[in-house]
Amino acid sequence: MSYFEFLAEYGPRFVDGAAVTALQTVLAAVLAIAIAVAMGLMRLSRNVPVRWFATVYVEIFRGTSLLVQLYWIFFVLPLFGITMEKFTAGFVAVGMNLGAYGAELVRGAILSVPKGQWEAALALNMSPAKRMVRVIFPQAFLAMLPPWGNLLIELLKGTALVSLISVADLMFEAKQINSTTFLSAQAFGTALVIYYVMSRFLITPFMRWLERVMARKMGRA
Amino acid sequence: MSQETLSDFPLELEGADAPMVRFRQVTKRYGNLTVLDSLDLDVAEGEMVTIIGPSGSGKTTVLRMLMTLETINEGVIYVDGKPLTHMPRNGGLVPADNRYLRKMRANIGMCFQHFNLFPHMTAIENCMEGPVHVLGLPKREARERSEELLEMVGMADKRDQHPSRLSGGQQQRVAIARALAMRPKVMLFDEVTSALDPEVIGEVTNVIRKLVGEHNLTMLMVTHQMGFAKDISDRVCFFFGGRIEEQGKPADLFGNPQRERTQQFLSAVKEAS
Repeated sequence: MSYFEFLAEYGPRFVDGAAVTALQTVLAAVLAIAIAVAMGLMRLSRNVPVRWFATVYVEIFRGTSLLVQLYWIFFVLPLFGITMEKFTAGFVAVGMNLGAYGAELVRGAILSVPKGQWEAALALNMSPAKRMVRVIFPQAFLAMLPPWGNLLIELLKGTALVSLISVADLMFEAKQINSTTFLSAQAFGTALVIYYVMSRFLITPFMRWLERVMARKMGRA
Repeated sequence: MSQETLSDFPLELEGADAPMVRFRQVTKRYGNLTVLDSLDLDVAEGEMVTIIGPSGSGKTTVLRMLMTLETINEGVIYVDGKPLTHMPRNGGLVPADNRYLRKMRANIGMCFQHFNLFPHMTAIENCMEGPVHVLGLPKREARERSEELLEMVGMADKRDQHPSRLSGGQQQRVAIARALAMRPKVMLFDEVTSALDPEVIGEVTNVIRKLVGEHNLTMLMVTHQMGFAKDISDRVCFFFGGRIEEQGKPADLFGNPQRERTQQFLSAVKEAS
């Protein structure tokens, strides 16, 4: 069987799998960003319990394996009465894990905004919330975009683990095709290329574009 | 800030001769280091007071305390008759809560050595930010007010530029307009020319000159520009070791300093320039 015949036969399944991977990536990214912003801000809170909660969250999700977390969410949480579809469990696990990494990016970026900006906002008598939303966060956002690009690529690749709880993503399809055809090189090679194309030609250009747009808003372009 | 109730200080300053700003026995310490040592200082409404002195003498701390960027260890500051960082409670003064602080802070505007303009906003957006998002003015009114002020500081033609496109002197002028847009009663200038190239210092000092001439603002300024201080101040205070070593009219203090430390400082400054 030539590679073209292989693609003609199994291409549609790769496309289906890639679509699921893309959807998992988008949903996990939205969740990760929300968690990262919330936890990043909470880690900077003056309120000790709030700060502690965020620190414990980050430590747990950063310090343990994503695969174990995925299994916990899918296999263990039902024992406590929390049951999720495998599709949901998949992106929730990935999003919660990468969100913990993202929280550190958010925290670091906020701390990197010069002290003078905080002081100028205070001198204008802005409330703490306004100070963050209007002055500090927009500047922190620009600073955290490049590392977020990295993190989103990590996240995309991390979604491959959801195949282990039988979410029919790209990796799952590749494994299925491999086990029926034994054409390992073609099956996993195709998956490899698709992952690469998604990160290199979708995520990276998107992040570059976002950086350019934000830089222009800052008057830096 | 001490937590106990202060009972030896008046809850309010009353009467026509009450100063706009009053420091009463204000002490500031960082660990073992006493930056301000029981400072007493009054500034009348409309007065321009310049603070000079060697670095580490506590002069910038005076302004930062007024802007509530620093806390007070002892004593009370009054602004427009009311305690700045304390509020009346049970017949005495207790440390103020955030609501009280925000009300008091509205009286004060500040310009910084490094301008601290918001880089993601244009010149006019910088000026409109406070009026729109703090004072709650309609955008049109805030824009008119900001345009007027940018005109006053000679920056109207750069209103749509981001700070990164402006020189230091231009940024500082926008920063002055931004602070004035909040209509403060007291303006603080913290070494506003120290980070500027020599050839643009004049554009900033001219704006401040204009303010002194045309407005009845109360102003406190920390500066190293002795000639400028001499020209525009109503009073000059020489700080040394967290205290006012000597103060007086600029002609007297610069022309005929009484204290030895003042003489030493002024001659050292003269030699350097």
